Amino acid sequence: MQTLRRKDILGLEEMSAEEINLILETARSMREIMQRKIKKVPALRGRSVLNLFYEPSTRTKASFELAQKYMSSDAVSVAGTSSSLVKGETLKDTVRNVEVMGVECVIMRHPVSGSSHYLARNVEASVINAGDGMHEHPTQGLLDMFTIWEHKGRLEELKVVIVGDIRHSRVARSNLWGLQKMGAEVVVAGPPTMMPPDLDVFGVKHFTSIEEAVADADVVMALRLQQERQESGFFPSMREYAETYGLNSKRLEHTREDLLIMHPGPINRGVELSSDLADGPRSVIMDQVAAGVAVRMALLYLLLGGTKE
Amino acid sequence: MKPLFIKGGRVIDPSRDYDQTTDILIENGSVIKMKKDLKPPSGAEVIDAEGLVVTPGLIDMHVHLRDPGQEYKEDITSGTRAAAAGGFTAVAAMPNTDPVTDDPSMVRYAYDKAVKAPARVYPIGALTRGQQGKELAELGRMKHAGAVAFSDDGEPVVNGMMMRNALQYAAGFDALVIAHEEDPTLSAKGMMHEGSVSSVLGLRGMPSAAEEAMLARDLMILRITGGSLHIAHVSTAGSVELLREARAEGLNVTAEVTPHHLLLTDRLVKNSGYSTNSKVNPPLRAERDRQALWEGLLDGTIDVIASDHAPHHTDDKDMEYDFAPFGIAGLETTLPLMLDEVNAERVKEFTLPVLIEKLTAAPARILKIAGGTLQEGSPADITIMDPARSFIVEPESWQSKSRNTPFAGRRLTGAPLYTIVDGRITMKEGVLAE
Repeated sequence: MQTLRRKDILGLEEMSAEEINLILETARSMREIMQRKIKKVPALRGRSVLNLFYEPSTRTKASFELAQKYMSSDAVSVAGTSSSLVKGETLKDTVRNVEVMGVECVIMRHPVSGSSHYLARNVEASVINAGDGMHEHPTQGLLDMFTIWEHKGRLEELKVVIVGDIRHSRVARSNLWGLQKMGAEVVVAGPPTMMPPDLDVFGVKHFTSIEEAVADADVVMALRLQQERQESGFFPSMREYAETYGLNSKRLEHTREDLLIMHPGPINRGVELSSDLADGPRSVIMDQVAAGVAVRMALLYLLLGGTKE
Repeated sequence: MKPLFIKGGRVIDPSRDYDQTTDILIENGSVIKMKKDLKPPSGAEVIDAEGLVVTPGLIDMHVHLRDPGQEYKEDITSGTRAAAAGGFTAVAAMPNTDPVTDDPSMVRYAYDKAVKAPARVYPIGALTRGQQGKELAELGRMKHAGAVAFSDDGEPVVNGMMMRNALQYAAGFDALVIAHEEDPTLSAKGMMHEGSVSSVLGLRGMPSAAEEAMLARDLMILRITGGSLHIAHVSTAGSVELLREARAEGLNVTAEVTPHHLLLTDRLVKNSGYSTNSKVNPPLRAERDRQALWEGLLDGTIDVIASDHAPHHTDDKDMEYDFAPFGIAGLETTLPLMLDEVNAERVKEFTLPVLIEKLTAAPARILKIAGGTLQEGSPADITIMDPARSFIVEPESWQSKSRNTPFAGRRLTGAPLYTIVDGRITMKEGVLAE
């Protein structure tokens, strides 16, 4: 069996196309397991996993927990409160305590960028980053790529448009790196205040006109608009955002018939994405969610499965 | 006290363009004689300085001693020991203590506690009461108690009128104001320099403009107030340009730069995997800023090299990036890092006399304190260094209580060997006197 020759999954920036390919191929087998009547394989029996979520999450947490159950691993989930701010136990102490109880893999979501790097340095267990601040959300990037790959049969030479708050988005960062490594062309669109400074470093082009950006696109991905960004002055109102940058049927009138519409969830309906698109025939949003479980099963399997020397 | 005799060293005193091999005789805390081939008086302690460089005692005009209030990070004793170990005979201590050094009793506290310390401590008073930026602190009374300058370092003076009044009022006492230039509404709780690296890492950025906009404002204010203004830890190319223009115009402004801003860039945050030892304010900037700082240092736009020694306990630094405090401890690395640069000849024109000037004559002139020169009659504050000594930076063996440095493990060439304060040896052959 092929395995990933790495201890941790911290981001897609540091991952090679070969590794991403291996994960996607493995996820395809995992999805087959999910479609069985009895969705359980003994692959990770006797292996222990910790889900450590310092930020609220429904989709990602449920997805990881189900993936762990389908693989027969033993998992515990802990909702953390951000350390230091509440003078609680430090992250390092928390995880070291759980580690001596036998945990071999830690799935962590954390509001601070780089905290998964910090954790990975300090524990022997494998660390899977389930979203760190504004940095990366590699499993989301992988499930997005898996979804596109399933529908289009390839990733090379596809044009993918990511619309919205790229600046504050870990989902966008993971997709920017991952998709380009796999040969896709990525462009970003949205208000200039929501673009990361020195955008060139990602090797993508920026459009302020959504119509221009989505011309000839194979995939368009809307990002969630966060209300708190309005308070910081990144955009004036939900209404203006929806009118200028929101995806709706009218705005996508002149796009390809087979355009895929994606969203990492949760959706602000009528703001970044209209309901008719989200629930329409070109939407693959539910496929993304399903792919999430398969991709996470694949990652757990590749990190923990097989015989370890 | 026994007479002290320093034999055969290369004596560099940039305050008077002096660079010769000579002997030095010290008695009662003063330099009595400087001459070639002197005979040591009987009973004198003799330091063989052949092959070594002898300079006026180094002055670090920007350190944080954390005393009182955060003695678990550093105190006046450990901080001055770190200074002596780093070759410094004097440090100027920033007022962000707890309570803030904003009245004469706090200024006297620092002097009193440092009486027997292995380095001189020159307290800097707060510019505004409690460093709150709301009311002027008692600058006159603190000056009278011995404060050498005034600063709200770390807490930028956001209110323009307050800065104007502070500069104007301080001018009445011929007092120096030191400014940490940062518009906090622009740096907006940033964690590192804003640029391509912060974008990739997903860390909130502090744009160069946050420093430059505030510096530009203060230079404009200085134009109408007069007085003397010193800019702490300059970090951007734009700041260097602003300072260059201001000096050409004749404004009374001086500036300092730290070794970490001269040697490191924002790439360290990425390359170290978000190590919090890369977290410092002002942040490590881009390569073009670093280059510009060197240009500014060499053309005289930047007068001083200062450490901005900001000790933090490992418990505080060993955290997620956002939660760790800003700061790098630098007293015990500043001289070796800079000597290493001189040795490596990476930057042309950065010679030993240039380096020594930035660490002696320049800070003494700006702070208007004794020292910074080495001649007959001057106080015997002297540093003796071995430019050829090679060693590895090991924070575990520091005198400082803190270990927060991004330079750990670096091999450096050049180290202080002796530190002499007031004719008293505080470090001998690299070992601190007890």
